[in-house]
Amino acid sequence: MAEFSLTINGKKQVLDLDPDTPLLWVLRDHLKLVGTKYGCGIAQCGACTVHFNGSAVRSCQLPISSAAGNEITTIEGLSENGDHPVQKAWLEHDVPQCGYCQAGQIMSASALLNRNPNPSDSEIENAMNGNICRCGTYTRIKAAIKSASDSQIA
Amino acid sequence: MTKVKTGIGRRSFIKSVSIAGGGLIIGFNWMACKKATEEGGKEMAMQMPDEWFELNGYLKIGDNGVVTIYSPNPEIGQNVKTSMPMIVAEELDVDWDKVIVEQAPLNTDIFTRQLAGGSQSIRQGWESLRTAGATARQMLLTAAANQWEVPVSELSVEKGIISHANSDKSISYGEIAKAAAQVEVPEEVELKDNDSFKIIGTSRKNVDAKKIVTGQPLYGLDVYKDGMVIAMMVQPPAFGMQLKTMDAEKVKEMPGIIDVFTIDTYPEDMEKEWSDVTAFSKLAVIVGESTWQVMKAKKALKVEWELKPDLVEQIQILEKSPGMENTSGLESSKMHASLMKEIGSKKAEVVRKDGDPEKAFKNAARVIERSYTCPFLAHNCMEPMNFYANVSDGKAELLGPIQTPEYAEKSINKRLGLALEDIDIQMTRMGGGFGRRLYGNFLVEAAVISDKIGKPVKLVYTREDDMSNGVYRPAYHVTYRAALDGNNKLTALHVNAGGIPESPLFANRFPAGAIDNYLAESWTLESNISVGAFRAPRSNFIAGAEQSFLDELAEEMGQDPIQFRLDLLKRAQNDPVGESNDYDAARYAGVLELVRDKSGWNNGSSGLNRGVSAYYCHNSYVAQILDMSIKGNQPVIDKVTCAVDCGIVVNPDAAKNMVEGGTIDGIGHALYSQVTFEDGKPQQNNFDTYRLIRHQEAPKKIDVYFVENGIDPTGLGEPPFPPIMGAVANALYKATGQRFYDQPFINQLNGKQTELKT
Repeated sequence: MAEFSLTINGKKQVLDLDPDTPLLWVLRDHLKLVGTKYGCGIAQCGACTVHFNGSAVRSCQLPISSAAGNEITTIEGLSENGDHPVQKAWLEHDVPQCGYCQAGQIMSASALLNRNPNPSDSEIENAMNGNICRCGTYTRIKAAIKSASDSQIA
Repeated sequence: MTKVKTGIGRRSFIKSVSIAGGGLIIGFNWMACKKATEEGGKEMAMQMPDEWFELNGYLKIGDNGVVTIYSPNPEIGQNVKTSMPMIVAEELDVDWDKVIVEQAPLNTDIFTRQLAGGSQSIRQGWESLRTAGATARQMLLTAAANQWEVPVSELSVEKGIISHANSDKSISYGEIAKAAAQVEVPEEVELKDNDSFKIIGTSRKNVDAKKIVTGQPLYGLDVYKDGMVIAMMVQPPAFGMQLKTMDAEKVKEMPGIIDVFTIDTYPEDMEKEWSDVTAFSKLAVIVGESTWQVMKAKKALKVEWELKPDLVEQIQILEKSPGMENTSGLESSKMHASLMKEIGSKKAEVVRKDGDPEKAFKNAARVIERSYTCPFLAHNCMEPMNFYANVSDGKAELLGPIQTPEYAEKSINKRLGLALEDIDIQMTRMGGGFGRRLYGNFLVEAAVISDKIGKPVKLVYTREDDMSNGVYRPAYHVTYRAALDGNNKLTALHVNAGGIPESPLFANRFPAGAIDNYLAESWTLESNISVGAFRAPRSNFIAGAEQSFLDELAEEMGQDPIQFRLDLLKRAQNDPVGESNDYDAARYAGVLELVRDKSGWNNGSSGLNRGVSAYYCHNSYVAQILDMSIKGNQPVIDKVTCAVDCGIVVNPDAAKNMVEGGTIDGIGHALYSQVTFEDGKPQQNNFDTYRLIRHQEAPKKIDVYFVENGIDPTGLGEPPFPPIMGAVANALYKATGQRFYDQPFINQLNGKQTELKT
């Protein structure tokens, strides 16, 4: 066990945990930020995607020892009132079916739009390819990302 | 208007006393205090009432006019949590913006068939949901009529406001709810005519959408309660094996570990429900303080496995057979394939016979025979299996993702000897179901663990556990034979279908009924591998195989594939063969004609690699046309056009979402997914080896069209899934010049990449 200091959604958190504890389980078990989902544990499904200094990373592969000292944003901290352009676009397109993967999809999409505000179809597909949606909402996700990208330009 | 007796589920309409206080609503503080936004579906600044009045088990009305509607059925992503309350709200005549939806717990006194399966929630809930809304509406009207001393017939309702035609009197549901709760429950109520629907048939947003996109706790895995510990299990590595011994001493010393022990989920003397399915009843269990600590202990735990006793006996018999001297007795996919091929070539149990197929084949000028196969599949719900259980003081509290709460309650009753009334089951929103959560072994395991340690526990499967736990979609094999006469006319069809361990055959479905001489045979092979229903069971293979065969047959006969099917359907409609055909040929033809029209099949479709398919299951009809191109030796789905007849569409945009999702799901499984075995061990246990369709592989465009016929609604969760597999195979043929018979098709594509047309 060791003490780590993390900044999550702008708030400092001090935790005494094993250094190899993945950020995913720090968020879920210890901070009760359960919007970040467990799907595979090996960075293959994207359900656990968070922003690490603004970039999309898989929190199941990020030990707390590496997360410490960096800025982490989770789905709960993406916006104050759930009104991030990507979240609004998701509601507008009524994207979710079961909804389980959608937090990860939204975190990947918002990170994409941060670095590329007007992505092409293939840029969207490439950036989102690591996020599995078992219900098959891919066409809606793409449409929502395009809406969000348009709203950011406007 | 239709009059219905409210006697159905009479107990649910027993008038109840008012419930004081807004605090009874759990989990809506967030909703009430957030500022209003336009996009949030049900999200709005909604004031909670001071007092609620329960008019029946489906709904309660607050003194300020806010209405809570309980959604009875489990929500697995099929969106019933929105569409079922919409049906209640329609007959209640209430403003949808004033409706709050809550997931109802299991309550067999009030609700019937609280089950997510068979695409039946809307179809079977249709009348009871409408009756619940209409009954409450009638009671509210009666209360207002009594208060004003006027006949009910002079009253009308608009969005929860009752008005009197002959005066300027009006009153809101909220104001009259208290009096309405005292009104005698009517014996008979009138239901609306379809053309006066105001909510049904309009698109309403998913009631949980805002919570989903902001990461609020909704799912079983999100359950964290005071005093709760985490449990994980270690299961045998192969089907046919069981736990022998375990060395837990070192693991018990690991940080955060509370206990390590074994359980027997389903003892041999237990009376099981159909939903009690597992290949691994005896499990090693680790209980600890946090998920990561338990995961580490799970990896460190030393367990010895052994062959199951019945398998040892089988091996002793097998070893006496030539060539089987070194058998492990454990199953492999190679063995499955050769067994299915061998048995599929023999005569099997005749399930249906029309005319004289033997004679027709004997006299045939030409016989076309093709065989099709598919592998085992894992459901792979994105939320792995899990459940929260708190068993103490002779009571069980169970909370989590389960498609069959009523059966789970019976299982707990049998397994732990608790009375049904002492078992409380609540359903969370589910991160997918697809049939996997019909089988509640994980729920029973959680309850047994909680009972054993005397603590509230959340049992969590890792992805590897989930994918290796069985309850798979079975492996299937089918051979079709068609007899053509000298004029290239179809004279007989023979289908021989089987699988491990069940047959995929629906002997009375199309093309049965359209062909004079028809023979359907069925067989099964036993296995140690556990199986279960997987989205559109059996149809999820036989549809694609049948529709591929019909496509090839049409080509061999020089006919347009759609016209060929339509001609068969015309025969089935006008002069059906046999009397037990289970489909409506006119509705079947209707979706084919609609998809042909909407896709422009007959005009300007040359140059496109198009595959068509149509199928009937779960009381609904779906036809799809898939356009494919090949880029970099990989299939690219440019467009899918879908035509669907599921009767009345309750929530059109959500229904489109379901059809899009089912289509993508079907394309993905047909092209990419499989579980294979060596020595009983599944060779795929996570998404690095088990391939699910991803963004880049999804269709670029999906168009969905619904037939408008006003027929009471039928299934939608499953019907779009099976036929698209045939459309994929038929489009692949157009794109590559090769026929594809064995799923997943990517195997053949990757093996013969150089032969692909580009």
